[in-house]
Amino acid sequence: MRVPRRWVDPLDYAGRTWMRAFFGMVFILLYAPVVLMMAFSFNDSKRNIVWRGFTTKYYEKAWNNDGLIEAFINSLTIAAINTIVATILGAMVALLLWRFRFPFKSAYEGFMALPIVIPEICMGVAMLAFFSRIGWPTGMPWPLNLSAITIAHIAFSFPFVAIVVRARMAGFNRELEEASRDLGASEWQTFWHVIFPYMRPGLVAGALLAFTLSLDDFVITFFTSGPETVTFPVKVYSMVRFSVTPEVNAASTVLVVITLIVAALMLRVQRQGQADSP
Amino acid sequence: MESYRKNQRVFWVLAGPGSFWLLFFFLIPLGIVWILSFGEKAVIDGKISITETEITWTLANYVRALADPVYLVIIWKSIWISVLATTLCLVIAYPVAFVIAFATPRWRPWLLLAVILPFWINLLIRTYALIAVFRIRGYVNFTLEWIYDTLWLNRLFGPFEPLELLYNDFAVVAGLVYVFMPFMVLPLFASIERLDRSMLEASLDLGASQLATLLRVTVPLTMPGIISGLILVFIPCLGSFLTADLLGGTNATMIGNVIERQFKAANDWPFGAALSFLLMYVTFGALALRALLSRDVGTRI
Repeated sequence: MRVPRRWVDPLDYAGRTWMRAFFGMVFILLYAPVVLMMAFSFNDSKRNIVWRGFTTKYYEKAWNNDGLIEAFINSLTIAAINTIVATILGAMVALLLWRFRFPFKSAYEGFMALPIVIPEICMGVAMLAFFSRIGWPTGMPWPLNLSAITIAHIAFSFPFVAIVVRARMAGFNRELEEASRDLGASEWQTFWHVIFPYMRPGLVAGALLAFTLSLDDFVITFFTSGPETVTFPVKVYSMVRFSVTPEVNAASTVLVVITLIVAALMLRVQRQGQADSP
Repeated sequence: MESYRKNQRVFWVLAGPGSFWLLFFFLIPLGIVWILSFGEKAVIDGKISITETEITWTLANYVRALADPVYLVIIWKSIWISVLATTLCLVIAYPVAFVIAFATPRWRPWLLLAVILPFWINLLIRTYALIAVFRIRGYVNFTLEWIYDTLWLNRLFGPFEPLELLYNDFAVVAGLVYVFMPFMVLPLFASIERLDRSMLEASLDLGASQLATLLRVTVPLTMPGIISGLILVFIPCLGSFLTADLLGGTNATMIGNVIERQFKAANDWPFGAALSFLLMYVTFGALALRALLSRDVGTRI
């Protein structure tokens, strides 16, 4: 006798067991490598494969690795400066594109999207060629020696900020701006009291994005950094090339946790932004 | 939207800094590389200099890239690996995007987040994490050995021989799929979510099977998302440097690795510049194709 099958709505694809199983499998495959890497950073063994007990000694080792800590401080410094400059530049471009109609606007938008679409390696070698051609001074005292990397980071991250802020501004009611002007507010007053409060969640989201983009970038930094100016991903890269050790796992885990915190913050900001807007 | 003429001062204040930055720290650097690609190593006192480059407007670098079999093989292999990785991404991401789009509204944002979150994690770290998975004493081999031993196959065929999963083309393709999958899910999800579900109902009601509905209704209707996803994954795959560098070793090289070598170890900047501009032209070609195809599909529906 045939066993009656559970009735499934023909369009309920998400309810089908095998579809769910497939999704679950992809989910596990996406996360397993990173989760294993993080878990084995606490493993009390040089070999990364069998669990030999919990330890934080590799974190201590990473903490006492002066080169690693220096690279970490460099990364945070670059990311901080990048966040401020890229957010301001990106917000200005977003306002420009949101507010004005001007000749060759779509060409200008394409130009702004260029750093996002071209392969990272092309931008990396361009930065390398540029800074060596114009004779950008090297060997300056900290933090000026990070200027080349920071300039490159701003160039690739502010177009992302512009996209995020512009998406936010798309929901703004232009009549509010007109009302403000009709009531006699100046350009700056209108911006500060009417536009800026609405724009703020977009700015915060854009700033967080710029921060992680800078903190995570390897390829472009790899070409602009010198022996004196190593960032965290570049340092991890040189360690990985040397060997795969639990110390690298520990350092990577710290970076992953920072990124996840920033991502969570960004999500919260976006949710609040959605809740605020009518 | 107002015309820029109405308020020129505000217009220029807003346009100035961003345009300046992109012009000086992006367009001019690219221009320098473009000019470099027409140069050759300078000859000083009858010796070929290692550091100096002379711009002679020669096409020799491009000819070398496209005619020298060594580089031609690498270019073809890069394209082939990228096409394979992109196709695999599509095959894996389509059902995933489907599940997310058809999930209940309560679950949907969380499922979407689950797929996008890895994208936030550092590319280098995700690639590095794969080394521990694929190496000789890695998790895959460890699991396989455990299965092998549990099935008592070691008594029949002798001890388990670990598979060489790293430092070959397989590792590069697997790495690219792993790293760029989220790029594929997003556009697919966007187009599947917009899909008019009554079309699917109509197809099923009229007697088409699920498979026929998928192939003749769902896939054609979501074609813009498929094209977007294919190109969004293909471009970074083709330009990738890190994946082949860490997982491919010396056996599996892609264009990105050759470019890196020219600018670092080999110190042949003009040739590296020519290669990176070839890569850019392919990228622009792919983007133009995307614009063309999506317009085409858009008018047909």
